[in-house]
Amino acid sequence: MQREELDRYAETQRQFLNGFAHHILVCAGLGCLHNDEIIKTLREVIVAQGLEQRVLVRKVGCMGLCARGPVVLILPEEISYQTVSPHDAAEIIAALGKAPVQRLLLPSDLPFFTRQHKNVLALSGRIDPESIDDYLATDGYTAVLKAITEMRPSDIIRQIQESGLRGRGGAGYPTGLKWSTVAKAEGTKKYVVCNADEGDPGAFMDRSVLESTPHAVLEGMIIAAYAVGASSGYIYVRAEYPLAVKRLKLAIREAQQKNLLGHAICGGAFDLNLQIRLGAGAFVCGEETALIESIEGRRGIPRPRPPYPAEKGLWGCPTLINNVETYANIPLIINRGATWFAGQGTEKSKGTKVFALTGKINHTGLIEVPMGTTLREIVFEIGGGIPGGNAFKAIQTGGPSGGCIPAEYLDTPVSYESLGALGSIMGSGGMIIIDETTSMVELVKYFMQFCRDESCGKCIPCRVGTAQIHGLLEKFCNWTATDTDLATLEMLCDLVKTTSLCGLGQNAPNPVLSTLKYFRQEYLDRIMDPAHSHLEGQP
Amino acid sequence: MPSAQPDHQPEDKRWKLVDLAMQRHDYRPDALIETLHAAQDAFGYLDIGTLKYIATRLNIPPSKVYGVTTFYNHFNTKPKGDHTLVVCTGTACHVKGNDRILAWLQERYGLTPGATTPDNRLSLVEVRCVGACALAPVIIPDGAITGKTSFEDSTAIIKEWLGDAT
Repeated sequence: MQREELDRYAETQRQFLNGFAHHILVCAGLGCLHNDEIIKTLREVIVAQGLEQRVLVRKVGCMGLCARGPVVLILPEEISYQTVSPHDAAEIIAALGKAPVQRLLLPSDLPFFTRQHKNVLALSGRIDPESIDDYLATDGYTAVLKAITEMRPSDIIRQIQESGLRGRGGAGYPTGLKWSTVAKAEGTKKYVVCNADEGDPGAFMDRSVLESTPHAVLEGMIIAAYAVGASSGYIYVRAEYPLAVKRLKLAIREAQQKNLLGHAICGGAFDLNLQIRLGAGAFVCGEETALIESIEGRRGIPRPRPPYPAEKGLWGCPTLINNVETYANIPLIINRGATWFAGQGTEKSKGTKVFALTGKINHTGLIEVPMGTTLREIVFEIGGGIPGGNAFKAIQTGGPSGGCIPAEYLDTPVSYESLGALGSIMGSGGMIIIDETTSMVELVKYFMQFCRDESCGKCIPCRVGTAQIHGLLEKFCNWTATDTDLATLEMLCDLVKTTSLCGLGQNAPNPVLSTLKYFRQEYLDRIMDPAHSHLEGQP
Repeated sequence: MPSAQPDHQPEDKRWKLVDLAMQRHDYRPDALIETLHAAQDAFGYLDIGTLKYIATRLNIPPSKVYGVTTFYNHFNTKPKGDHTLVVCTGTACHVKGNDRILAWLQERYGLTPGATTPDNRLSLVEVRCVGACALAPVIIPDGAITGKTSFEDSTAIIKEWLGDAT
């Protein structure tokens, strides 16, 4: 597609959208149930009242505040309604252009909305994820056009390097450096891969981005492929995300039809074919070498590194693997520049980060904040605090590979370094809030059971170590642990951490180690008193 | 091994979906996982006959096909019951009570994740996280995602399915 053509599509869609006095945007993400019925009823009411020329009902992506879903947004008034049901349709339409329906009103001045800073999520909940025209109308794919027609691959890589963007999948490796390694790697065939195997329980950032703005991810992948010299690519996405898969498939088809994917993209000499590969419920496949094995049709068992995928990845070819959110940041950096991006965040962690807030928190949902925002702001201002008058106990970041951070560190600014220093990890962005009613030992046992079940079994420290650690934690949960068990637990955690082959095993002890550090008393309380050893299973 | 699913019978249209998945990837060995997805979508599960057929067509040793099938949680080698209950065991669902439902199913019916009741009425499936954490605890009775379900609501659905009046 040439620029004129792209502009024409965008202009046509903008004119179409501007032709309506009111837009009713309905969240059609996974988290807002019954949205199909809401959309259907709204459209029926509009037809019945003959308002088809004035009011447009649009299905859009996630608006973030899943706790109050289904959410409906009225434009141009910017009025949000919460917990909408199909029965509210007539009332919502009757109120258009008049005073809003008070009963359903979601205050727009909630810190949840005002304290966020949306880059990646800016279009989420504003456009129809199943319409490429909607994306084009918001300057979609202009970054691809700019990159391919105006920039050399080396310029693009330099721009990404200067932006300071780091991998959003968890490890935080500098994206530009990864790109330049793949670009320099020798080989005629190279691949780009999108890691959408969001396996951390309690994390749904990637699901939401794929469901809300699939074209932004494709756009990032196209630019990446052009920059590193790849002509084929894969999106490895979890089978547990059927809606994301459906929308991705549609997005790929639409992009192909508009010559933004496939042969001679934008009329140039650059080809890219993207395919989707479904995961099949194995957490370890989020590890990049296991993911490669899985794309190649085998069991997802990690390979030793080096060689790194950037040099020898898919079928032994140089392969660039980035996470969904990383790719979604790329078009923004290309369009707005490296300086713009680097102007946000902290010295070493630039830009914004999407987090999923879940657990014992009022505003469960998806947020995006600049790096450097403190945990306190995230939990108590944006997240609205803890429900039920309970006290905050800890925040768990990074899923089963992360750690639990206690209340005394709530003022820590979020960055790759600061979370690492506290014994946790940034991870992909899941944040689980834990209140005083949850036992840390029980919770940690849950995570260890997860890692034990998900260990691929290749290396002994992880396969046997996670099972042994789980067994020890079970003793703590049954109040049958001894002092020796505590010592063994610490020794084993250290062993598994330092000797496992891949990230799964290396990080599996993190929840135990961090709780041993910050909530040690809970372990000590559960050590059996030797004098009462006959009272097994009693507190 | 006795099997409800007949060996490869070309007249059964569902095989076309399996063949199509392999064809789309030129019968390359890396099409295995995609093909297993297609076969499970078509038949509901993967029996030994199906795995053998796929192994032959993709020219992969049957042992490798079996290894891949059993490595991934998503694939099941036994037929499902009349109803399927998927219980999300993600962290948010766990802390909000799905651990109780699983314990109840085990205690009352001896049903563990991946198993089916002897009368073939109910299959229990555990998934890691469906990513709808705001709806926690999430259960998916017969494919319809249901959120914020109380323990009583969940168990009522199961009791109704099983004709368990008590």
